[in-house]
Amino acid sequence: MSNSNKSKEHENYIKSIKKRKRYIKTTQWLILILFFGIWEMLARCQIIDIFLTSYPSEMFDLFINFVKNGTLFEHLGISLMENVVGFLGGTILGIIIAILLWWSDFISKVLDPYLVVLNSLPKTALAPIIIIWVGAGYSGIIVTAISVSIVVTIMNVYNGFKEVDIDKIKMLQTFGATKFQILKKVILPSSVPAMINSLKINIGLSWVGVIVGEFLVSRAGIGYLIVYGGQVFQLDLVMMSVLVLAIIAALMYQGVALIEKKYMKWRQ
Amino acid sequence: MNNDKVLEIKNLSMTYHTLDGETHALDDISLNINRGEIVVLVGPSGCGKSTLLSIIADLIEPSKGEVLLNNEKLKKSTKDVGYMFQKDNLFEWRTIKQNSLIGLEIQDKVTKEGKEFVEHLLDIYGLGEFKDSYPSQLSGGMRQRVALIRTLATRPNFLLLDEPFSALDYQTRLAISDEIGQILRKEKKTALMVTHDISEAISMADKVVVLSKRPGRIKDIIPIQLTCPDCDRSPMKSREAPEFKDYFNRIWKELDVHV
Repeated sequence: MSNSNKSKEHENYIKSIKKRKRYIKTTQWLILILFFGIWEMLARCQIIDIFLTSYPSEMFDLFINFVKNGTLFEHLGISLMENVVGFLGGTILGIIIAILLWWSDFISKVLDPYLVVLNSLPKTALAPIIIIWVGAGYSGIIVTAISVSIVVTIMNVYNGFKEVDIDKIKMLQTFGATKFQILKKVILPSSVPAMINSLKINIGLSWVGVIVGEFLVSRAGIGYLIVYGGQVFQLDLVMMSVLVLAIIAALMYQGVALIEKKYMKWRQ
Repeated sequence: MNNDKVLEIKNLSMTYHTLDGETHALDDISLNINRGEIVVLVGPSGCGKSTLLSIIADLIEPSKGEVLLNNEKLKKSTKDVGYMFQKDNLFEWRTIKQNSLIGLEIQDKVTKEGKEFVEHLLDIYGLGEFKDSYPSQLSGGMRQRVALIRTLATRPNFLLLDEPFSALDYQTRLAISDEIGQILRKEKKTALMVTHDISEAISMADKVVVLSKRPGRIKDIIPIQLTCPDCDRSPMKSREAPEFKDYFNRIWKELDVHV
């Protein structure tokens, strides 16, 4: 359809769609602004106990302070490093193990009940053990983060592998493809969406591991700020850290979504 | 037609085993296909047609009997058989050209000539301007043409076509079967095709092989000779030959369909 000779009706249709989109965006922003506005107002009018809830402007002052003296970047940097290593590690190791399961039907059948049990186990329960075994530092926290995301990655990616159309595999076999060629030419490329999906989920899961790890190790990082703030009842520190965490996690998610868009041109 | 045998099937039988029991799919099939011949296999559903094709493509081992291709036993290393499926099986993440090259990639034969040959095929069969498009941008008929080019790219001696048109709508099906029939004649390919469509079978075949119900046995082999002076065995024009309906009725009776 050419843009030059659009009918009036079509123009109206596009207008109404755009209008609706604008309403949705406005309402989304409004909720956010109202939420913080009312919070601030209730605090100023002393309707809520600011000792328990803190309030936005106090949090913002603290934020500026932390940014100025560099404390925030120090803690954020540590947590980010642990998180990135954690989710990349969880995703990559998970994919490698999924490939192994695909390669050997025997191994996959044998490991199946173990994976089911591990998947239903809340991985944070393992965190104290991991930290004792691996060490109360970055490495322990990273391993905790990996442990949270790896099992679900294995299962999702392996299921993605198994969903590959059997006829496509048969097609490659008629050309004489080896198992490795089948993996490389069809199994891996058609599972890219499943892998990127895992990556997205793993960012969130890995944050769970990192924060729990930092709670336990209590030395540095956003998780440490939260748990420290809680212990000394400095709620502005707790709230500010949680907000920063939320924003960073959302930005990372968007980053992966962008990569997805770039590499999935063929999906249109 | 000279009597140079390309494919020789000798006393082939196939039994599948599952925990529930065994299925006797094919029973004592013997068939020869000569160079340049197009043989079409018809038979009731579940008579083992696809099993037979899978055996010839060396995807599964027969229980008994053997298949000789150019007087040699089938070996995984010598891939002389091209296989075209009901579904086009194009990879959505590859462009049309990359899709057409997949067979050569698998066989490690992506040479300059190979690429040129694929481009040439795409050009002459009307896909030249879609080389860099993705499969989702093509119609069903065009996608099936790409699938044929992908099969032809490795220059197989012998083609297997497993109901290659049945996923298409009726008009496209007529047009594409006509086109692919002509491509096969033009490239002088020897082929074995499976179909449910009796008219399609007669219009494309030099010989129609009728299989019985399971276990599949060869019930009859019908050589198709159509008097159609200037049709050059184009599938579409073959349908106008006076003998067409006689063949149709004969095959229909042989199939012995009871609903």
